[in-house]
Amino acid sequence: MRPMTEKLVIVGNGMAPGRMLEHLFEEAPGRYEVTIFNAEPRVNYDRIMLSPVLAGEKSYDDIVIHGDGWYIQNGVTLYKGHKIVAIDRGAKTVTSDHGVTESYDRLVIATGSVPFIIPVPGKDLPGVITYRDLDDVNAMLLAAQSRDKAVVIGGGLLGLEAAAGLKERGMDVTVLHVMPTLMERQLDPAAGYLLQKAVEARGIKVMTKANTKAIVGNGKVEGVELADGTVIPATLVVMAVGIRPNVALAKEAGLAVNRGIVTDDRMATSDPDILSVGECAEVGGNVYGLVAPLYEMARVAAANLAESADKRFVHSDTPTKLKVTGIDLYSLGDFADGDDREEIILRDASAGVYKRVVLRENRIIGTVLFGETADGAWFNDLKKKETDISEMRDTLIFGQAFQGGASADPLAAVAALADDAEICGCNGVCKGKITGTITSKGLTSLDDVRAHTKASASCGTCTPLVEKLMVLTLGDSYNPAAIQPMCSCTTLGHDEVRRLIKAKRLKTIPAVMQELEWKTSCGCARCRPALNYYLVADWPDEYADDYQSRFINERVHANIQKDGTYSVVPRMWGGVTSAKELRAIADVVDKFAIPTVKVTGGQRIDMLGVRKEDLPAVWSDLGKAGFVSGHAYAKGLRTVKTCVGSDWCRFGTQDSTGLGIRIEKFMWGSWTPAKVKMAVSGCPRNCAEATCKDVGVVCVDSGFEIHFAGAAGLDIKGTEVLGQVKTEDEALEVIVALTQMYREQARYLERIYKWAKRVGYDEIRRQVLDDLPRRREFYDRFVFSQKFAQVDPWSERVSGKDKHEFRPLAAVRYQLAAE
Amino acid sequence: MTWLPIGTIDDIPQRGARCVVTPQGKIGVFRTHDDRIFAIEDHCPHKGGPLTQGIVHGASVTCPLHNWVISLETGLAQGADEGSVRTIPLKVEEGRILIALDRQLMAAE
Repeated sequence: MRPMTEKLVIVGNGMAPGRMLEHLFEEAPGRYEVTIFNAEPRVNYDRIMLSPVLAGEKSYDDIVIHGDGWYIQNGVTLYKGHKIVAIDRGAKTVTSDHGVTESYDRLVIATGSVPFIIPVPGKDLPGVITYRDLDDVNAMLLAAQSRDKAVVIGGGLLGLEAAAGLKERGMDVTVLHVMPTLMERQLDPAAGYLLQKAVEARGIKVMTKANTKAIVGNGKVEGVELADGTVIPATLVVMAVGIRPNVALAKEAGLAVNRGIVTDDRMATSDPDILSVGECAEVGGNVYGLVAPLYEMARVAAANLAESADKRFVHSDTPTKLKVTGIDLYSLGDFADGDDREEIILRDASAGVYKRVVLRENRIIGTVLFGETADGAWFNDLKKKETDISEMRDTLIFGQAFQGGASADPLAAVAALADDAEICGCNGVCKGKITGTITSKGLTSLDDVRAHTKASASCGTCTPLVEKLMVLTLGDSYNPAAIQPMCSCTTLGHDEVRRLIKAKRLKTIPAVMQELEWKTSCGCARCRPALNYYLVADWPDEYADDYQSRFINERVHANIQKDGTYSVVPRMWGGVTSAKELRAIADVVDKFAIPTVKVTGGQRIDMLGVRKEDLPAVWSDLGKAGFVSGHAYAKGLRTVKTCVGSDWCRFGTQDSTGLGIRIEKFMWGSWTPAKVKMAVSGCPRNCAEATCKDVGVVCVDSGFEIHFAGAAGLDIKGTEVLGQVKTEDEALEVIVALTQMYREQARYLERIYKWAKRVGYDEIRRQVLDDLPRRREFYDRFVFSQKFAQVDPWSERVSGKDKHEFRPLAAVRYQLAAE
Repeated sequence: MTWLPIGTIDDIPQRGARCVVTPQGKIGVFRTHDDRIFAIEDHCPHKGGPLTQGIVHGASVTCPLHNWVISLETGLAQGADEGSVRTIPLKVEEGRILIALDRQLMAAE
């Protein structure tokens, strides 16, 4: 009988064992107690992405696969910076260079590979580095600061990526390659030539047939000497001539070792308790350096450890892609010339395109694509399935879009792929798995798809394909470029601008436009009101409201009408008024000959057709009767509609009128992303129609049911229930916190129901109802902001503020007959 | 042509406008963010909206009624919209704004 948990020890913490553990935890959770020894002092990161880090396109944080939290969550003990120096197979223990000894039931050796160092004089001089891990990248970045000369020895995948990265960082780079053409193992000579031209076009010098004799220098690197005596000066030399499996530890432990650590097709070494995965393992006589077969090893090893399925490693060709931005290259399979082979070639010199498909008996056995690689996956699929291509032979080289009369629509091409067509080569994910997972798990974002299927989660070159599949599966609801710019003055979306305003502490509109690189001198009528709102909301005490960036209604605190006159709506708290108030309104209507008086949907009285010049006088008279602005023109709190509640109604359960007035008096004057209308109903009969408002309260015997995210305008939508609270105080606090969260997060002009749908009802519930400290923080920030917002704009203007708004600059008349 | 003084630059906020009432209709006088002054009819070619009430950006104004954008320099509607308003000759002398109207016999109050 096996013990409850067995001890699994892993030597090495690269991508292969990392993936193996993901499979293992899924298939046999809790079966093993896992300990990892990592010679590098860090977590598992994506080594494929080292080139983008070197080129400055990504940072280390971007390429971490398993953060520290992952190890904690899965109960994994990770020894960082511990190199295993001995395996005692008899005692079943391993010992690290820091003296830690750990026993194992099963051991996995994943020591990877070591860079090959050409044995020439000077190879150990300071300034000679390899290209293998993050330390190497950091060393290169440090050296690149000199902007001096660099030599890269090796014109293969790694060498070219290193050269491109160093060039990007400002160094003067020469690539030395011993063979006549670059990447000769993956490319035919024609493509190698095009590649060389493309590399040279970036300002990188390339020397082929260059045989390194020595690295010269006194105490540090000064240059590279070639066999013909030429010396190329350099302060940095990168050796990227190849890798070899790191087998030293396994060899010392007495395991069978050939080129790599010999394993069977279930990844077991000659000791059945010891497995090996990754670049150090040799399976079926082959060693591998590309990620796809390494991940396949991880899958097989995990099944072996979990005893979950009888998985066997099967060899398959893996396409090669170069990760240098702007150079598209794809190669696959066997493309050597031969008597039994035919080839189809397409060259377009002006476009720099070269495509070659190698056939044997009407089946594809190899492909080289340069300059235009979109059809790589399709050729790969034909090759894998050994499809007879004689039917489409004439048009094969033009790619999938030209087959069967299909249009050149890239979506149609993806739609036409079979379900088992491989989309992500790194992780071996096929089309059917991606579309199936999108549907079954209801995925909507690229990140979700990456998390659930791993497709495009490694090198990322298949991201456009994956996005096309999302468009096909989700239809128009998926927009790959989901960031809609605020307006044509910027490329940034609302969320990005809001985030940057806070992160960069931008406190004026000119500062936002300067720092965020606005394309216009002073914005437009779309972005300026939005920016003004964001700054008002984020810096209530510091920002000086820019009235010239407000829409006219908010500038003159009345609603412009089609004829250029205005409407005036005084505030009637909770919709309650009195004879005195009504008399004052009647007097104003008479005095200023206001043509129309109407009751609004929010239980207020609207006076329409007021001339702009009369506004201050109208407000002055209304103010004397105790009225303040009703903000009927504002992106702000409009009205709180109420029913008569327990004061009068025989069904009323609570004082709904009182609560409505209390909410309105607490919240009036606050600016919000779009208008906010509220209502309080005294019983579930809901006479105040609270269940189609931005925020609504339905009183019940036991307390207050708080609703939100309703709509009764362009869209009609019943509210969601936020939750139920027992007291008026609590109801007020929750409503205020909800409004503040909306104020801080929504996009300008986005009503609560749209914002809530985007953010998620549960998330809002969690933040403003369940998380009490957080609710309180929102509440406090709203209260702070109100200190600056609750000023009656009408009385300010009666006292003379913004006089210029209400008076013509001049009046011109006909002059009476002059002398 | 008679130049009529109608006010000073400081009477108009930056990125703002004031209107001048004339027997021939209202004229909008605009001040841009870089202190250029323009005068155009205060009457949007679309539905007659008061352009002086719009948001001023660059050398354009967006009408408050239906968001037409009118160039202050040429009086032409921008983008896909077609139409134009009359521009009024204007000059600034030592901060004083003067406009020229068709009829000579006018005086500003």
